[in-house]
Amino acid sequence: MYYIQPHYHGISRTTEDYERMAQAGVVAVAEPAFWAGFDRMYPQTFIDYFRQISEFEPTRAAQYGIRHFCWVAVNPKEAENVSLSRQVIAAMPEFFEKPTVLGVGEIGFNKNTANEAIIFREQVELAIKHRQLILIHTPHLRDKLKGTKLTLDILREMRADPARVWIDHVEEHTIKPVLDGGYWAGMTLYPMTKMSPKRAADILEVYGKERLLVNSSADWGPSSPFTLQECALEYRRRGHSEQELIEIFHNNPARFLGQCAKFDVKPFRLMEPQMNTDKHGWR
Amino acid sequence: MTDKNTVLDRYFLDCRCMLLELAATLDRHDRAPAGSAADPRLQILHELIQIVARPSAQPDRAKRMLELMSDPVQ
Repeated sequence: MYYIQPHYHGISRTTEDYERMAQAGVVAVAEPAFWAGFDRMYPQTFIDYFRQISEFEPTRAAQYGIRHFCWVAVNPKEAENVSLSRQVIAAMPEFFEKPTVLGVGEIGFNKNTANEAIIFREQVELAIKHRQLILIHTPHLRDKLKGTKLTLDILREMRADPARVWIDHVEEHTIKPVLDGGYWAGMTLYPMTKMSPKRAADILEVYGKERLLVNSSADWGPSSPFTLQECALEYRRRGHSEQELIEIFHNNPARFLGQCAKFDVKPFRLMEPQMNTDKHGWR
Repeated sequence: MTDKNTVLDRYFLDCRCMLLELAATLDRHDRAPAGSAADPRLQILHELIQIVARPSAQPDRAKRMLELMSDPVQ
Protein backbone atom coordinates (compact mmCIF):
# COMPACT_ATOMS: atom_id res chain seq x y z
CA MET A 1 0.00 0.00 0.00
CA TYR A 2 1.31 3.45 -0.97
CA TYR A 3 0.27 6.66 0.71
CA ILE A 4 0.62 10.36 0.08
CA GLN A 5 0.51 12.34 3.31
CA PRO A 6 -0.95 15.62 2.03
CA HIS A 7 -0.80 17.65 5.25
CA TYR A 8 2.31 17.09 7.33
CA HIS A 9 4.26 19.56 9.49
CA GLY A 10 7.72 18.06 9.33
CA ILE A 11 9.28 21.05 11.06
CA SER A 12 7.63 19.98 14.31
CA ARG A 13 8.50 16.28 13.97
CA THR A 14 11.58 14.15 14.45
CA THR A 15 13.50 12.41 11.67
CA GLU A 16 12.24 9.11 13.08
CA ASP A 17 8.82 10.08 11.69
CA TYR A 18 10.19 10.02 8.16
CA GLU A 19 11.82 6.63 8.71
CA ARG A 20 8.65 5.11 10.12
CA MET A 21 6.45 6.72 7.48
CA ALA A 22 8.68 5.28 4.76
CA GLN A 23 8.37 1.85 6.39
CA ALA A 24 4.59 2.34 6.42
CA GLY A 25 4.36 3.10 2.69
CA VAL A 26 4.39 6.91 2.56
CA VAL A 27 5.96 8.05 -0.71
CA ALA A 28 5.35 11.81 -0.51
CA VAL A 29 4.37 14.48 2.00
CA ALA A 30 3.19 18.07 1.56
CA GLU A 31 3.93 20.57 4.31
CA PRO A 32 1.66 23.60 4.68
CA ALA A 33 3.07 26.69 6.36
CA PHE A 34 1.61 27.02 9.84
CA TRP A 35 1.92 28.40 13.33
CA ALA A 36 5.27 27.91 15.11
CA GLY A 37 3.72 27.35 18.53
CA PHE A 38 4.19 31.04 19.33
CA ASP A 39 3.48 34.28 17.46
CA ARG A 40 6.46 35.43 15.39
CA MET A 41 7.49 39.10 15.49
CA TYR A 42 9.45 39.63 12.27
CA PRO A 43 8.78 38.95 8.59
CA GLN A 44 12.30 37.59 8.28
CA THR A 45 11.39 34.79 10.69
CA PHE A 46 8.66 33.67 8.28
CA ILE A 47 11.02 33.90 5.34
CA ASP A 48 13.59 31.68 7.05
CA TYR A 49 10.78 29.29 7.88
CA PHE A 50 9.74 29.18 4.21
CA ARG A 51 13.39 28.46 3.34
CA GLN A 52 13.46 25.67 5.87
CA ILE A 53 10.36 23.92 4.48
CA SER A 54 11.22 24.51 0.82
CA GLU A 55 14.98 23.82 0.93
CA PHE A 56 16.02 21.89 4.02
CA GLU A 57 13.04 19.70 4.84
CA PRO A 58 13.09 17.96 1.41
CA THR A 59 16.64 16.80 2.14
CA ARG A 60 15.57 15.29 5.47
CA ALA A 61 12.67 13.42 3.84
CA ALA A 62 14.84 12.29 0.91
CA GLN A 63 17.07 10.28 3.26
CA TYR A 64 14.16 7.86 3.49
CA GLY A 65 13.01 8.06 -0.12
CA ILE A 66 10.07 10.35 0.65
CA ARG A 67 9.32 13.26 -1.67
CA HIS A 68 8.70 16.48 0.27
CA PHE A 69 6.63 19.39 -1.07
CA CYS A 70 5.38 22.49 0.75
CA TRP A 71 3.10 25.52 0.74
CA VAL A 72 3.80 29.08 1.87
CA ALA A 73 1.41 31.38 3.72
CA VAL A 74 0.64 33.43 6.75
CA ASN A 75 -1.37 31.00 8.86
CA PRO A 76 -4.72 32.08 10.35
CA LYS A 77 -3.45 32.39 13.93
CA GLU A 78 -0.83 34.97 12.97
CA ALA A 79 -3.02 36.69 10.37
CA GLU A 80 -4.43 38.76 13.22
CA ASN A 81 -1.33 40.94 12.85
CA VAL A 82 -2.18 42.67 9.56
CA SER A 83 0.97 44.76 9.07
CA LEU A 84 3.29 41.82 9.74
CA SER A 85 1.19 39.60 7.49
CA ARG A 86 1.40 42.07 4.62
CA GLN A 87 5.19 42.15 4.82
CA VAL A 88 5.27 38.35 4.65
CA ILE A 89 2.78 38.24 1.77
CA ALA A 90 5.01 40.62 -0.19
CA ALA A 91 7.86 38.10 0.09
CA MET A 92 5.84 35.02 -0.90
CA PRO A 93 5.97 35.25 -4.72
CA GLU A 94 9.71 34.50 -4.81
CA PHE A 95 8.94 31.15 -3.17
CA PHE A 96 6.40 30.26 -5.86
CA GLU A 97 9.44 29.77 -8.11
CA LYS A 98 10.94 27.08 -5.85
CA PRO A 99 10.76 23.54 -7.26
CA THR A 100 8.78 22.07 -4.36
CA VAL A 101 6.37 24.89 -3.49
CA LEU A 102 2.81 23.95 -4.50
CA GLY A 103 0.78 27.01 -3.60
CA VAL A 104 -0.64 29.24 -0.88
CA GLY A 105 -1.62 27.51 2.35
CA GLU A 106 -2.71 27.04 4.95
CA ILE A 107 -4.76 30.23 5.08
CA GLY A 108 -8.22 31.02 6.44
CA PHE A 109 -9.82 31.62 9.80
CA ASN A 110 -8.90 30.81 13.37
CA LYS A 111 -11.21 32.95 15.53
CA ASN A 112 -13.29 34.35 12.65
CA THR A 113 -12.08 37.93 13.15
CA ALA A 114 -12.16 40.90 10.78
CA ASN A 115 -8.35 40.96 10.56
CA GLU A 116 -8.23 37.28 9.65
CA ALA A 117 -10.74 38.00 6.87
CA ILE A 118 -8.58 40.83 5.50
CA ILE A 119 -5.47 38.63 5.29
CA PHE A 120 -7.41 35.68 3.97
CA ARG A 121 -8.75 37.76 1.08
CA GLU A 122 -5.30 39.15 0.29
CA GLN A 123 -3.76 35.68 0.16
CA VAL A 124 -6.56 34.29 -2.01
CA GLU A 125 -6.04 37.22 -4.35
CA LEU A 126 -2.28 36.54 -4.45
CA ALA A 127 -2.86 32.86 -5.22
CA ILE A 128 -5.28 33.64 -8.04
CA LYS A 129 -2.93 36.23 -9.51
CA HIS A 130 0.00 33.78 -9.52
CA ARG A 131 -2.05 30.70 -10.54
CA GLN A 132 -1.26 28.92 -7.29
CA LEU A 133 -3.22 26.12 -5.62
CA ILE A 134 -4.98 27.14 -2.39
CA LEU A 135 -5.10 25.21 0.90
CA ILE A 136 -7.53 26.47 3.53
CA HIS A 137 -7.53 25.74 7.26
CA THR A 138 -10.93 25.80 8.94
CA PRO A 139 -11.12 26.57 12.67
CA HIS A 140 -11.35 23.83 15.23
CA LEU A 141 -14.14 23.27 17.75
CA ARG A 142 -16.94 25.84 18.18
CA ASP A 143 -15.60 28.27 15.55
CA LYS A 144 -15.55 25.73 12.71
CA LEU A 145 -19.11 25.99 11.42
CA LYS A 146 -19.10 29.78 11.25
CA GLY A 147 -15.53 29.88 9.90
CA THR A 148 -16.40 27.46 7.13
CA LYS A 149 -19.37 29.57 6.09
CA LEU A 150 -17.24 32.74 6.07
CA THR A 151 -14.61 30.92 4.00
CA LEU A 152 -17.12 29.72 1.42
CA ASP A 153 -18.74 33.17 1.16
CA ILE A 154 -15.39 34.84 0.47
CA LEU A 155 -14.23 32.22 -2.05
CA ARG A 156 -17.50 32.53 -3.95
CA GLU A 157 -17.29 36.31 -3.95
CA MET A 158 -13.67 36.21 -5.18
CA ARG A 159 -14.49 33.63 -7.87
CA ALA A 160 -11.73 31.23 -6.86
CA ASP A 161 -11.77 28.10 -9.01
CA PRO A 162 -13.19 25.42 -6.63
CA ALA A 163 -11.24 22.64 -8.37
CA ARG A 164 -7.98 24.29 -7.26
CA VAL A 165 -9.04 24.88 -3.64
CA TRP A 166 -8.75 22.34 -0.81
CA ILE A 167 -10.70 23.15 2.35
CA ASP A 168 -9.25 21.20 5.24
CA HIS A 169 -10.34 19.87 8.63
CA VAL A 170 -13.95 19.23 7.59
CA GLU A 171 -16.20 17.24 9.92
CA GLU A 172 -19.74 15.88 9.73
CA HIS A 173 -21.34 19.33 10.04
CA THR A 174 -19.15 21.13 7.47
CA ILE A 175 -18.36 18.64 4.71
CA LYS A 176 -21.56 18.96 2.67
CA PRO A 177 -21.38 22.67 1.78
CA VAL A 178 -17.68 22.23 0.89
CA LEU A 179 -18.35 19.37 -1.52
CA ASP A 180 -21.53 20.98 -2.86
CA GLY A 181 -19.45 24.06 -3.74
CA GLY A 182 -17.16 21.92 -5.90
CA TYR A 183 -14.14 22.24 -3.59
CA TRP A 184 -11.84 19.47 -2.40
CA ALA A 185 -12.48 18.55 1.24
CA GLY A 186 -9.81 17.31 3.63
CA MET A 187 -10.23 15.37 6.86
CA THR A 188 -7.47 15.64 9.45
CA LEU A 189 -7.25 12.70 11.82
CA TYR A 190 -6.20 12.88 15.45
CA PRO A 191 -5.40 10.09 17.90
CA MET A 192 -7.93 11.72 20.25
CA THR A 193 -10.15 14.82 20.09
CA LYS A 194 -11.42 16.20 16.76
CA MET A 195 -11.78 13.79 13.79
CA SER A 196 -11.01 10.10 14.37
CA PRO A 197 -9.99 7.46 11.80
CA LYS A 198 -13.29 5.60 12.30
CA ARG A 199 -15.42 8.72 11.76
CA ALA A 200 -13.40 9.50 8.63
CA ALA A 201 -14.17 6.02 7.33
CA ASP A 202 -17.87 6.70 8.03
CA ILE A 203 -17.70 9.93 6.02
CA LEU A 204 -15.97 8.16 3.13
CA GLU A 205 -18.82 5.62 3.07
CA VAL A 206 -21.53 8.30 3.24
CA TYR A 207 -20.06 10.86 0.80
CA GLY A 208 -17.93 8.68 -1.47
CA LYS A 209 -14.33 9.16 -2.54
CA GLU A 210 -14.59 12.00 -5.02
CA ARG A 211 -12.70 15.19 -4.03
CA LEU A 212 -11.99 13.85 -0.55
CA LEU A 213 -8.53 13.94 1.00
CA VAL A 214 -7.44 12.25 4.22
CA ASN A 215 -4.47 13.46 6.20
CA SER A 216 -2.95 12.78 9.58
CA SER A 217 -2.46 15.32 12.26
CA ALA A 218 1.30 15.75 12.54
CA ASP A 219 2.20 18.92 14.35
CA TRP A 220 3.39 20.28 17.71
CA GLY A 221 0.48 18.93 19.69
CA PRO A 222 -0.70 15.43 20.53
CA SER A 223 -0.87 13.94 17.05
CA SER A 224 0.31 11.03 14.94
CA PRO A 225 1.19 10.68 11.25
CA PHE A 226 -0.03 7.09 11.44
CA THR A 227 -3.71 7.89 11.91
CA LEU A 228 -3.66 7.78 8.09
CA GLN A 229 -2.80 4.09 8.15
CA GLU A 230 -5.34 3.52 10.96
CA CYS A 231 -8.04 4.98 8.73
CA ALA A 232 -6.94 2.87 5.76
CA LEU A 233 -7.07 -0.27 7.90
CA GLU A 234 -10.51 0.65 9.24
CA TYR A 235 -11.79 1.23 5.69
CA ARG A 236 -10.24 -2.06 4.52
CA ARG A 237 -11.84 -3.98 7.42
CA ARG A 238 -15.22 -2.77 6.22
CA GLY A 239 -14.71 -4.68 2.99
CA HIS A 240 -13.42 -2.01 0.62
CA SER A 241 -10.87 -3.03 -1.99
CA GLU A 242 -7.17 -2.30 -2.18
CA GLN A 243 -7.76 -0.15 -5.28
CA GLU A 244 -10.34 1.93 -3.38
CA LEU A 245 -7.74 2.53 -0.69
CA ILE A 246 -5.21 3.59 -3.28
CA GLU A 247 -7.77 5.97 -4.80
CA ILE A 248 -8.35 7.64 -1.42
CA PHE A 249 -4.92 7.61 0.18
CA HIS A 250 -2.67 7.96 -2.86
CA ASN A 251 -4.50 8.90 -6.03
CA ASN A 252 -6.79 11.63 -4.70
CA PRO A 253 -3.91 13.69 -3.27
CA ALA A 254 -1.95 12.99 -6.46
CA ARG A 255 -4.89 14.36 -8.48
CA PHE A 256 -5.37 17.50 -6.44
CA LEU A 257 -1.72 18.35 -5.87
CA GLY A 258 -0.85 17.25 -9.42
CA GLN A 259 -2.68 20.31 -10.72
CA CYS A 260 0.63 21.96 -9.89
CA ALA A 261 3.08 20.50 -12.41
CA LYS A 262 5.83 20.35 -9.78
CA PHE A 263 3.95 17.57 -7.99
CA ASP A 264 4.86 14.66 -10.24
CA VAL A 265 3.70 11.67 -8.18
CA LYS A 266 1.06 10.15 -10.45
CA PRO A 267 -2.16 8.21 -9.74
CA PHE A 268 -1.89 4.50 -10.53
CA ARG A 269 -3.99 1.35 -10.77
CA LEU A 270 -3.06 -2.04 -9.38
CA MET A 271 -2.27 -4.68 -11.98
CA GLU A 272 -5.04 -7.25 -11.86
CA PRO A 273 -4.27 -10.85 -12.76
CA GLN A 274 -6.29 -11.76 -15.85
CA MET A 275 -7.86 -15.21 -15.80
CA ASN A 276 -7.53 -17.39 -18.88
CA THR A 277 -8.67 -20.85 -19.80
CA ASP A 278 -5.25 -22.42 -20.04
CA LYS A 279 -4.40 -25.22 -17.67
CA HIS A 280 -2.52 -22.91 -15.31
CA GLY A 281 -5.46 -20.54 -15.03
CA TRP A 282 -3.35 -17.56 -16.09
CA ARG A 283 -2.87 -15.77 -19.38
CA MET B 1 -20.85 -1.81 3.93
CA THR B 2 -20.74 -3.86 7.13
CA ASP B 3 -24.08 -5.15 8.50
CA LYS B 4 -25.59 -4.07 11.83
CA ASN B 5 -24.45 -7.15 13.76
CA THR B 6 -20.89 -6.70 12.58
CA VAL B 7 -20.95 -3.04 13.60
CA LEU B 8 -21.85 -4.11 17.15
CA ASP B 9 -19.32 -6.94 17.08
CA ARG B 10 -16.58 -4.50 16.19
CA TYR B 11 -17.48 -1.41 18.19
CA PHE B 12 -19.49 -2.54 21.26
CA LEU B 13 -16.47 -2.76 23.54
CA ASP B 14 -15.18 0.63 22.31
CA CYS B 15 -18.58 2.19 23.04
CA ARG B 16 -18.78 0.52 26.45
CA CYS B 17 -15.38 1.92 27.33
CA MET B 18 -16.23 5.45 26.10
CA LEU B 19 -19.55 5.53 27.98
CA LEU B 20 -17.87 4.32 31.18
CA GLU B 21 -15.23 7.06 30.82
CA LEU B 22 -18.03 9.59 30.43
CA ALA B 23 -19.91 8.26 33.47
CA ALA B 24 -16.75 8.22 35.58
CA THR B 25 -15.94 11.79 34.55
CA LEU B 26 -19.40 12.98 35.59
CA ASP B 27 -19.02 11.09 38.90
CA ARG B 28 -15.65 12.81 39.40
CA HIS B 29 -17.32 16.14 38.72
CA ASP B 30 -20.05 15.36 41.27
CA ARG B 31 -17.47 14.51 43.92
CA ALA B 32 -15.34 17.60 43.30
CA PRO B 33 -15.71 20.72 45.50
CA ALA B 34 -17.64 23.60 43.95
CA GLY B 35 -15.72 25.96 41.65
CA SER B 36 -15.92 29.74 41.56
CA ALA B 37 -18.68 29.95 38.93
CA ALA B 38 -21.30 27.87 37.17
CA ASP B 39 -19.90 26.31 34.00
CA PRO B 40 -22.16 25.99 30.94
CA ARG B 41 -20.12 23.07 29.62
CA LEU B 42 -21.87 20.68 32.03
CA GLN B 43 -25.24 21.55 30.52
CA ILE B 44 -23.79 21.04 27.04
CA LEU B 45 -22.57 17.59 28.06
CA HIS B 46 -26.05 16.68 29.29
CA GLU B 47 -27.58 17.87 26.00
CA LEU B 48 -25.02 15.87 24.03
CA ILE B 49 -25.86 12.77 26.06
CA GLN B 50 -29.52 13.26 25.13
CA ILE B 51 -28.61 13.24 21.44
CA VAL B 52 -26.75 9.96 21.91
CA ALA B 53 -29.51 8.38 24.00
CA ARG B 54 -32.59 9.24 21.96
CA PRO B 55 -33.65 7.28 18.88
CA SER B 56 -32.86 9.21 15.71
CA ALA B 57 -34.83 9.28 12.47
CA GLN B 58 -31.62 9.91 10.52
CA PRO B 59 -28.09 8.63 11.21
CA ASP B 60 -26.88 12.16 11.94
CA ARG B 61 -26.08 12.18 15.67
CA ALA B 62 -22.44 13.22 15.19
CA LYS B 63 -23.49 16.14 12.94
CA ARG B 64 -26.14 17.34 15.43
CA MET B 65 -23.69 17.12 18.32
CA LEU B 66 -21.12 19.20 16.44
CA GLU B 67 -23.79 21.77 15.55
CA LEU B 68 -24.82 22.00 19.20
CA MET B 69 -21.20 22.79 20.10
CA SER B 70 -20.81 25.42 17.36
CA ASP B 71 -21.08 29.19 17.52
CA PRO B 72 -24.31 30.41 15.92
CA VAL B 73 -24.20 31.04 12.17
CA GLN B 74 -26.43 33.66 10.56
